[in-house]
Amino acid sequence: MSGVRRVEGRAIPLGLANVDTDIIIPAAHLKTVSREGLGAHGFEVLRAEPGNVFDDPRYRGAPILIAGDNFGCGSSREHAAWALLDMGIRAVVATGFSDIFSSNAFKNLLVAVTLDRQAVDRLLEIAEEHPISVDLESMEVTAPTGERFAFALDPFRRQCLIEGLDEIGLTLAREAAIAAYEAKAPMLGWDMPGPSADRRLGLRFGQGAMDARMGRQ
Amino acid sequence: MTNSAPKTLYEKIWDAHVVERSDDGTCLIYIDRHLVHEVTSPQAFDGLRAKARRVRRPDLTLAVPDHNVPTTRRVTDNGRREPVSDPRSAEQLAALEGNVREFGIPYIPDVAAEQGIVHVVGPEQGFTLPGSTLVCGDSHTAAHGALGALAFGIGTSEVEHVLATQTLLLKASRTMEVRVEGRLPFGVSAKDLILTIIGRIGTAGGTGHVIEYRGSTFRDMSIESRLTVANMSIEAGARSGLFAPDETTFDYLKGRPMAPSGEDWRRMLAYWRTLHSDDGAAFDRSVSFDAADVAPSVTWGTSPEDVVPVTGRVPDPEAFADPAKRSAARKSLEYMGLEAGTLMADVTVEHVFIGSCTNSRIEDLRAAAAVVGSRKVDPRIKQALVVPGSGLVKRQAEKEGLDRIFLEAGFQWREPGCSMCLAMNPDKVPPGERCASTSNRNFVGRQGPGARTHLVSPAMAAAAAVTGRLTDVRDLVARDLVMP
Repeated sequence: MSGVRRVEGRAIPLGLANVDTDIIIPAAHLKTVSREGLGAHGFEVLRAEPGNVFDDPRYRGAPILIAGDNFGCGSSREHAAWALLDMGIRAVVATGFSDIFSSNAFKNLLVAVTLDRQAVDRLLEIAEEHPISVDLESMEVTAPTGERFAFALDPFRRQCLIEGLDEIGLTLAREAAIAAYEAKAPMLGWDMPGPSADRRLGLRFGQGAMDARMGRQ
Repeated sequence: MTNSAPKTLYEKIWDAHVVERSDDGTCLIYIDRHLVHEVTSPQAFDGLRAKARRVRRPDLTLAVPDHNVPTTRRVTDNGRREPVSDPRSAEQLAALEGNVREFGIPYIPDVAAEQGIVHVVGPEQGFTLPGSTLVCGDSHTAAHGALGALAFGIGTSEVEHVLATQTLLLKASRTMEVRVEGRLPFGVSAKDLILTIIGRIGTAGGTGHVIEYRGSTFRDMSIESRLTVANMSIEAGARSGLFAPDETTFDYLKGRPMAPSGEDWRRMLAYWRTLHSDDGAAFDRSVSFDAADVAPSVTWGTSPEDVVPVTGRVPDPEAFADPAKRSAARKSLEYMGLEAGTLMADVTVEHVFIGSCTNSRIEDLRAAAAVVGSRKVDPRIKQALVVPGSGLVKRQAEKEGLDRIFLEAGFQWREPGCSMCLAMNPDKVPPGERCASTSNRNFVGRQGPGARTHLVSPAMAAAAAVTGRLTDVRDLVARDLVMP
């Protein structure tokens, strides 16, 4: 994956707090085996409302979304990050993110920037008139008005975002350390048996399949 | 920190799983157990295939389909598998079967008696163990913390990372103590307690933290109740919730199919007994509650923090000081079709759902059945579903005759799965209709587009089913009935 240094353009001033993952992408659309095509269903409940920001021509193709507290709360579905990317959104600016969402965003090089309430409120106003820029090198959100809003970012995450690092590849290179850990791991000292039926119910694993599954409706 | 400094339970488990630590505090953390289901894994397996990577430790992995599976019968009268009617669900279920075969992962198929919701199956099989790190591509993985496992939900990229390396790159979380002392009053369950906690600290209250549940109320809880509490840690914003393992935990686990036995059991038991927060260990944040203050609770809005006692009223949005909260509450009430000031007990429901990884274990079904007794489901209820958390829970309930209580009352008795909690399978609440649900999220559209959800305990769901409205279970059942 190639990295991301800056995201520039119009920003959708959503501003809502507690935007949960079911709002970003409802569960009905998780029945996919692909990462593509989820954008068509992104925020579909909000987009059904007349006059919603997503369908405002000013923000067509906008690569930035501005939201309130606790963005991405709820489920662990990475489909939320995939849906945003598929909509063309490359950065989200908010007053707060759920832990799992911010991790999922990062793994997909979707930039998640936390700013304080005052800065986000001001950006919501600016976004109605102007494009903004989220810059990972200077760690600032800037506006043509000359205003600048500095943000903090974990140095490791920032490096991964800028360089587009393959985290799995990096970890696979640590094989010797992982094997050494396994040799002394407190929880790995025995061979785990396979799953099986509870003996108190008098079942063997897999047996019972036919009769247990033919229960009354 | 030196070795002698007092540590929290979280710090002990974390430290025991550090493979490598970078200067900036990022740690490579070993993962002991990985649960896989059909919804969040296909893209991860595709990623492995694209780079010709293998699954490093299939022996520490367990796959179970749960989110998509229909809860109607799965085997025909002549012993064939019933086809899954939704082709997209069928494709996702088939993808999981193909992937577990290709990568050699232990698998419990949908037709096996042991199948169920991953978070019910893990503890039930003894796959979940104290002191282990356990992950799954599902946010309610927090549930496994009930047994003293450091368990948390992960996204699909992390699922792929764990499959390939059996590790994750993480930074330590902050710690938060939630302390509750005393006995839960009559008619009040673990679900009411965790809803009340979320109502007080908010859905972002635990963000960035791992919660440890401490105090006599939690110590006195069964494993089933602890699972209900730990499960909803994520609704409080915390990726994990922990209970220190104790004799209740060990009694629950002993003899479970995938738990250690013999000498291994004795050795692990000695280790597990060291897993508790030391006296004087510091938490980054502490909150405490009195169990006596908790009442049977219901949600009124579209966030799990929108909680009131069942004796309460729908709040007035204009009464919230925070303007963001005010506008969110206005939107919630519009979606929910509720007027400010309405008594919660006057709200009628058309659907009742007893199930989900929060409340589908045997204790939950017993609590609901005890309220139902010889009563009948109110004729105004269109659909009352009981969906056991696993085939083994279903078997146990049938052995106890609970299925007959539900069926005679007019409930449907279904096959295990996630079902109406998130409506990925055919079990849905129609638009504009209202459901008393033992699940964990009342988000907009969660139980189907336009569906209105009120989160409640199993006993409260049963009470709603027999009265046709949200009901204070204490008014319904005799005071001498022992409530779990």
